[in-house]
Amino acid sequence: MNFHLRIWRQDHEKVKGFFEEIEAVNIPADASFLEMLDMVNNRLIEKQKVPVAFESDCREGICGTCSMVINGIPQGPGRGAACQVYMRSFCDGETITVEPYRAASFPIIKDLVTNRKAYDRIVQAGGFISEHTGGAPDASATLIGKHEADRAMDAAACIGCGACAAACPNSSAMLFVGAKVTHLALLPQGQPERKERALNMVRAMDEEGFGNCSNYYACEAVCPANISASVIATLNREYVAAACRSVAE
Amino acid sequence: MSSLHCFFNSSIGRKWIVSITGLALIGFITVHLLGNLSIFLGPDAVNGYAANLHHLGKLLWIARLGLIAAAVLHIYFTMLLWRENRQAHPQKYAVKQTLETTLYARTMRLSGLVVFGFVLFHLAQFTWEWVNPESKEWMDAAGRHDVYRMLVSGFSNPWVAGFYLLSVGFLALHLSHGIASLFQTLGLTSEKLRPRFECAGKIVAWTFFLGYASIPVSVFLKLLSN
Repeated sequence: MNFHLRIWRQDHEKVKGFFEEIEAVNIPADASFLEMLDMVNNRLIEKQKVPVAFESDCREGICGTCSMVINGIPQGPGRGAACQVYMRSFCDGETITVEPYRAASFPIIKDLVTNRKAYDRIVQAGGFISEHTGGAPDASATLIGKHEADRAMDAAACIGCGACAAACPNSSAMLFVGAKVTHLALLPQGQPERKERALNMVRAMDEEGFGNCSNYYACEAVCPANISASVIATLNREYVAAACRSVAE
Repeated sequence: MSSLHCFFNSSIGRKWIVSITGLALIGFITVHLLGNLSIFLGPDAVNGYAANLHHLGKLLWIARLGLIAAAVLHIYFTMLLWRENRQAHPQKYAVKQTLETTLYARTMRLSGLVVFGFVLFHLAQFTWEWVNPESKEWMDAAGRHDVYRMLVSGFSNPWVAGFYLLSVGFLALHLSHGIASLFQTLGLTSEKLRPRFECAGKIVAWTFFLGYASIPVSVFLKLLSN
């Protein structure tokens, strides 16, 4: 298969970027999108040109490292991460536009690579629990209801890829923060820091310069981990309950 | 920084103010619609309703000030959030995808602006009576302000009626996203409840449209006449 690629090229954050037109020829239909980019890069290297910088790690859809926007869709069309997009889902000869995530809080490092440390800093502000050191406790020591466990696991599926903030017209990180806060608020292990977690993670989110949620639900539409926007309602609830308690104290 | 100050400076706190004031404004348009619909009971009913409303005295002014405060806060905080959102997303994508976002949600600022412009005109027409100053003198047989005659003659102008219909249409668009959205912001939804709130929100929004539109349409069809 042959494709006409329009790929964003930018040396670093301080310089202006541009779209480069690159032809991808003789690509097998069962190649993944990242494999196609590997082939394109090998040919660029053969021609003594600078390859396209992009991120990838597991290439099996579980790590969320491959942050790119394919034809305007963060992490590409279909459910799953960008590494799970296969060239057979495009038409032969199709023009494919590949861009980095566009959000002020995810500055561009090079080409398709963005700095997503803002999410790490939000997690550092409260996305953790306190636990005893030593041997692992008995798995049945803490009882958790099936319903709560399922909901917590659904929220815990978040891989922190940043597609939610990239898809949001406001670059809001509410789906990510909502997933983290919901996951830990539902479990007994998350109770000691429950109040501080909601307050500190939202404060960190605002300080990182992410936008505000307008309930557009674009985040939910692109999330590779299928996180429901109901975690945003849970975050709103958790935050206000925590704020009320801290005002009362 | 105090906890309260923190709350009102946070994204969620500000969104709460927008949704609570939105809820207050929905409360107002509900009462206003019910009052307006008394026009269908005849001139006596609507003139009596208007006279009773004005006899409330201080209470009426408390309600008015509350309403103005709700509207000012609603607009101010929306603009504040909008400015932050623009700063957070300075560069658009080359390929535009709407990704789930509804037309109602995407046009909230436009619909809000049209409704705001309409409210000013509506106040100028029926509260301050600048558009037809002679209507100030109209009294009914009981010596009350003839609101019925003012409304019917006001809506007899096709431009006024047309702008009114357009504006309540935009109000319904605004509420089609706004009602469901405020429940999400207040944290009252869940995965199961959200589609129901969205459906109910649209039904309520377009019920407001039908209710409000019924008055100029009835004037046009001569069901209400002087």
